Amino acid sequence: MNKLNFLQPDKNNFYTYLYTGVILVALSIFIVFLNSFFNKDIVSFLPGPISFFLPLILGFIGLHLIRIDYSGLRFLDSINKNINTNNFNAFLSLLIVFVVIKSLPPLLSWFIIDANIAGDSKDVCTGSGACWTYIKIWFNRFMYGMYPNPEQWRINLSFIALAFLGCVGFFATEKFKKYLTLYYVVVYPIIAFFFIFFFISGGPIFFDFSYGIIAAVISIILGFFIPSKFKMYYFIIVPITLYILLKYVFFYEELIELGKLEALEWVETGAWGGLSLTFIVSFFCLIFCFPIGLFLSLGRRSDFPIIKYISIGMIEFWRGVPLITVLFMSSVMFPMFLPEDMFIDKLVRVIIAISLFEAAYVAEVIRGGLQALPRGQYDAAKSLGMGYWKMHILVILPQALKLVIPGIANTFLALVKDTPLIFVVGLLEIVGMLNLAKTNPEWLGFAMEGYVFASVLFFIICYAMSKYSYNLEQKYKTER
Amino acid sequence: MNIKKILPQLLTLLVVILVFGFFSYNAQINMENRGITFGYGFLSQESSFDVQFSLIEYDGSHSYFRAYLVGLLNTILVSVIGIIFATIIGVVVGIARLSNNYLINRTAAVYVEFFRNIPLLLQIFFWYFAALRALPLPQDTEPMFGVFFLTIKGFFVPAFVWNNLDVFIYSIIAAIISIIFIRIYAKKKQENEGIQTPVLSISIGLLLILPILSFLFGGVDASVEIPVIKQLSQSGFTFEGGIKLPPELISLALALSLYTATFIAECVRAGVQGVSKGQKEAAASIGLTPNQVLKLVVMPQALRIIIPPTTNQYLNLTKNSSLAAAIAYPDLVLVFAGTALMQTGRAIEIVSITMLTYLSLSISISIFMNWYNKKIAIKEK
Repeated sequence: MNKLNFLQPDKNNFYTYLYTGVILVALSIFIVFLNSFFNKDIVSFLPGPISFFLPLILGFIGLHLIRIDYSGLRFLDSINKNINTNNFNAFLSLLIVFVVIKSLPPLLSWFIIDANIAGDSKDVCTGSGACWTYIKIWFNRFMYGMYPNPEQWRINLSFIALAFLGCVGFFATEKFKKYLTLYYVVVYPIIAFFFIFFFISGGPIFFDFSYGIIAAVISIILGFFIPSKFKMYYFIIVPITLYILLKYVFFYEELIELGKLEALEWVETGAWGGLSLTFIVSFFCLIFCFPIGLFLSLGRRSDFPIIKYISIGMIEFWRGVPLITVLFMSSVMFPMFLPEDMFIDKLVRVIIAISLFEAAYVAEVIRGGLQALPRGQYDAAKSLGMGYWKMHILVILPQALKLVIPGIANTFLALVKDTPLIFVVGLLEIVGMLNLAKTNPEWLGFAMEGYVFASVLFFIICYAMSKYSYNLEQKYKTER
Repeated sequence: MNIKKILPQLLTLLVVILVFGFFSYNAQINMENRGITFGYGFLSQESSFDVQFSLIEYDGSHSYFRAYLVGLLNTILVSVIGIIFATIIGVVVGIARLSNNYLINRTAAVYVEFFRNIPLLLQIFFWYFAALRALPLPQDTEPMFGVFFLTIKGFFVPAFVWNNLDVFIYSIIAAIISIIFIRIYAKKKQENEGIQTPVLSISIGLLLILPILSFLFGGVDASVEIPVIKQLSQSGFTFEGGIKLPPELISLALALSLYTATFIAECVRAGVQGVSKGQKEAAASIGLTPNQVLKLVVMPQALRIIIPPTTNQYLNLTKNSSLAAAIAYPDLVLVFAGTALMQTGRAIEIVSITMLTYLSLSISISIFMNWYNKKIAIKEK
């Protein structure tokens, strides 16, 4: 038997070191565990500071003893490699483990054990934990804002329909794949706009929307029987004719009748709110800011000096000011710039403001992609006789946009995270609704629950977005 | 000059001019109808509103321009505090992200993913309305280290009371100037004679000795004023003396620095990872010590990658500090674009001044960054 040297553990007496070390580490974790979960201090017979630091000292010595290179045990080796490379690392690892064990019981008790969710009034919240009843009661408001309860199916239906229409790309057959870009860039935003503008806000204008939908459905069904040669003209002429026929010939009499009653109740945008408003605002800003940003970035690299400097001015202006002042501008300064009888809805103004603001950031991101392309691509495209637009659409932009997927995703994430700022103009999306609920005299004192709830929601949305963008990036990655 | 080049430019110019003309025409008519004349004369008028927290002397009898300065200084204050803490946290977390200790690495990653995926406004609200509201009332507060008091009404810290503060400041300035000269001299000496001067120890010595001398001979005198609890009424208590940091400032600075630190951490990580392994190996192979490798080879190259995006984050932090308006911290947006605008009704002038302030700040920083990038760019042949 070799001599034991506890300062330098080695492979001779391997199991002596291993067992002593494991026992010490286990003991230290056990002490902390008992202390935090059962509130029992089994080392209280020791003087204060020593009993406080005892687990740390024991664990530290234990980890030192099991730090044996090439022990032959796979588990031990991986521990040594990952959390126990030297004294400093061992110390930090122990600290992290202890902090996690220490902070678990209070968190668990606040979130689950002492929390209340049953009942439907403030009185049930007697425990020391969270009051999830508050979230349960206010859930409807957090999702839909002040939107009248019986009408909320309209928001649900629109979102479900838009989600389905958004998934079209996954089901498209090879034959239709080439139209997908056109569909997502032009058709889908228009459909979405009609849904939200006419369906969610409702009012007599809803009839126009339903005629439009009927015309579109009929023309698509008929479209399958039309020879492809005429399809282009067909899809321009037939839906419009059908729409006009429906509106002014077939249902004209009924329209006058129906115009007096309201099929769908008019809900003004001031009543929209909650998470659905977050989605609406970020969805529209996302749609609008991308093309604007694209044109700004092309303008900034243009050969025409006037266009170039106008683009630079636009980009630098929007990038230089905080979003909150832009929203202030849209709410207090912009009405001064319009003729007196002209009124633009608050929500529309906000969407325009955020879109312009984010477009400047998108422009800078895209410019990065354009600059990263080698000159050869431009020269090659020109040598094939392509003009400016053809060159950009077919050669430059597909490559440049592929390069900047992460940057654009970051900008979109920033956009989603910026939507709560619309409280400045008095629109209450989910954070605004939380602040409103917090000041309700019947539900005072539950601010924490509300913010935790909203944080979790936003975290899920943003984290999913960033993971999705990462997947996209991997999918379109091409070796250069 | 062919028409194909001029026509699109002229068209764009025309559209821009038309839009601007339309706007300014309407603005003129609207202002005439409301009986306002455009002008910045109101800045010298008496403001007659109070601000609850200001760095310079201010009350209702001062001018609107003074109110603007109060707001601007408060914005700068919270930005500077935020930048300092964001840098410290960001660098620590960024280095932790690079650690090969699995636990440390994961903890840092969780922190980064969590805090940057939650809207900043939500974080500010969380700290202000939820976390800081859980603090004790002044009379129940246990002092931290005997002198700091963290209460629901704010953070009370001891203040220094100085005699002859200016002499002390002059001594520090003198120390800094002499350090700069010594550095230049040492560099020249190394280039000419190859002898290294211990600049670091000399500068630390100077920074210590000169202020101490000012205490001994310059008549500088400092004492500490500890906040003392004082009863205002039956149940109302407050602290007197010392410096009071309002809860708005604390929660804003906390949220800003925790949020921005996640981005700075990613910048730091990208920067250190961006230095290729070959550089470190090459440096080690010519006989540099590990410290020298870090100081002379890795850090200069990593900093070149880290600094530009980090400056961008500082700029973002400064712009994000305008969210102060949401929790009534009297920054530029709240004082000037909020209260002053409500009182005067001069929307165009005030919003334009506010925007110009932020704009000039960010443009000057981006001009500086362009200059810096050009200066440190690797000169390739």
